Amino acid sequence: MNNSENEFSRRVTITNDLGLHARSAAMIAKLVQNAKSNVWLIKDGKKADASSIIDILSLVCPKGSTITLTIDNQSDLGILNDLVRLIESGFGE
Amino acid sequence: MLNTNEHEIRLQGINVAPGICIGKAYLVGKEGVEVVDKYFISKDNLQNEIKRFKSAVKHAKDKLQEIIEKTPEELRQHIHILETHKVLYKDKMLYGKTIETIEKKRVNAEWALKNVVSNVKNMFRNMPDPYLQGRMADIVHVSESIMQNLVGAKTLDIGAIGKRVILVAVDLSPAETSQIQLEKIKGLITELGGKTSHTGIIARTLEIPAVLGLEKATHLIKNDDIIIVDGTAGIVIVHPTDKTLIQFEERQSNYERHMAVITRSSHLPAKTTDGVKLEVMGNIELPEEVVSVINYGGDGIGLYRTEFQYLSQRDFPYENDLFENYKDVVEVMAPNPVTIRTLDISGDKAVSYASNSDEKNPVLGLRGIRYCLKNPDVFKTQLRAVLRASAFGPVRILLPMISCHDEVLAAKKILNKAADSLDKEGILFNDNIEVGIMIEVPSAAIMADVMARDVDFFSIGTNDLIQYSLAVDRVNRQVAHLYQPLNPAIIRMIKYVSDIAKNNDVEVCVCGEMASDPVNIPILLGLGISNLSMNPQSIPAIKKIIRSLNVKDAALFVKEVLKETSETGIVELLFGTYSSILFELGYTEP
Repeated sequence: MNNSENEFSRRVTITNDLGLHARSAAMIAKLVQNAKSNVWLIKDGKKADASSIIDILSLVCPKGSTITLTIDNQSDLGILNDLVRLIESGFGE
Repeated sequence: MLNTNEHEIRLQGINVAPGICIGKAYLVGKEGVEVVDKYFISKDNLQNEIKRFKSAVKHAKDKLQEIIEKTPEELRQHIHILETHKVLYKDKMLYGKTIETIEKKRVNAEWALKNVVSNVKNMFRNMPDPYLQGRMADIVHVSESIMQNLVGAKTLDIGAIGKRVILVAVDLSPAETSQIQLEKIKGLITELGGKTSHTGIIARTLEIPAVLGLEKATHLIKNDDIIIVDGTAGIVIVHPTDKTLIQFEERQSNYERHMAVITRSSHLPAKTTDGVKLEVMGNIELPEEVVSVINYGGDGIGLYRTEFQYLSQRDFPYENDLFENYKDVVEVMAPNPVTIRTLDISGDKAVSYASNSDEKNPVLGLRGIRYCLKNPDVFKTQLRAVLRASAFGPVRILLPMISCHDEVLAAKKILNKAADSLDKEGILFNDNIEVGIMIEVPSAAIMADVMARDVDFFSIGTNDLIQYSLAVDRVNRQVAHLYQPLNPAIIRMIKYVSDIAKNNDVEVCVCGEMASDPVNIPILLGLGISNLSMNPQSIPAIKKIIRSLNVKDAALFVKEVLKETSETGIVELLFGTYSSILFELGYTEP
């Protein structure tokens, strides 16, 4: 598995005050439900399934942490970009 | 039967509800000692078992969707947590893992779910962030609702206990304590909580001996252990020797005899030796408690907490249900007054469908009148119900958590709207209903002269007033010793409010836990307080001490008290002055 940034992965910083909490994790999971293949969040070498709120919460991402998003299937590129936008917008908080 | 290989263990906790009981321990752990059956599923039936699980999830999710849809538009801001729950139902770590466990281990769905949740719990427990740890509650909630659908609409485990036991738990939620049935529970032990925690209040209300704040209780005590709970002294004894058992059985019967003596005189008025009659009223949470207020000789309801109907349901209660409850209480209590406190959703009593889980400090957050003014429809519904009940006997409205004068005006405006709407519909109510405020935030106490212009009475809620004035979290064991009702700052604050009330012809009542401890009565009496409200079972002892005091002496005594600079000094002075009276009540100098 290659974690470095490539066309299938993006690095983003969590900007909202609460970090990845229940509501924001739910928003991510909802988006990822439409993905054809797996979407991952990676932080400090730990990997979480982005379709699972529980898995996302288990990464513990407070405000200011940097995470990598990756997709397994090229056709999920649209979702990857939507995710980056969602996180960078601070989840509309 | 004699246990030779187990030694008697004595544990000290916080004495929260008096009385002594001896019985078997029953653990309700967060770890789920509750009975979940485990059985194996044959290969042919695996698909059916998975289907059963899926349909339980679907039912739970549909039910939630229904709640979300029924929530009025203006409350939608509170339901994002429910939307999160909806997504959680299908979460891979929960949903997927459970199905996987059923398939791989060939076990029933309940057992698989229990195991999966237990793993997730362990993961969350190790998280560094308390907020994330708190999210465990969401997962527990979701999994419990699936579990309920799996086993049929069974109530939570507390309701299902079949024998009379002593409950041992880490902590009990308000929802859990509300299910305690007297015929099943003898005593209560929890690791968290203190005298004024919700569990403590309920234990005293139901007259269940309780020791709270007992660290590691769920580790030291095992299911079916024989234990003694001495709620008067705050002691728990595990594996008592025969000698100890005999000793405590004797104490138990002494205590019961003592209570019987006090109770016998409880219907006599609480008149001081110089002829001043005090109103001694009861605090209640459940309509059923009116009966105990009457039995213990209470002169009315000084504080009717109304949160229970909001806590026990999945959605906001209807006006009619509220009205029926209030009317019951008012009719039974008439001609004595019933003071109904409007909804005070608070930090330790969060209502799941109405809570804003993003609040970092809910005790200083959106609670009491603040919540009601932000949700005028919820507030108006309750006020209409209270007004309707006022047609059936004397009712007074009490507004909680007032911290500024504007809130009083805004609340009264909504009250007027509620009254107008009833008027238009031709529904009867008392249009001269008395309105009072809780004095529990220091700012309200300081502004009492301004508040007095717009209210008929003050009710001093000492629990919160002490907590906010001394900046002490009453359930935090580290600082619990700083929670001092007799702190000179508190006494001065009560004096200030009481003096202003007298000058402005506003009635004043003390309705916190402070009023229910006989030790505090000489000081309250000397401060000019003539109305007290407390948990019903404290009424007899309070009435008894009032009958042995006199107002003139108490006033002189308070003058001396006001010169003291520390709680210790005040307590010493108190026991020096009133030693014989307090000794008679079983108090010895600390």
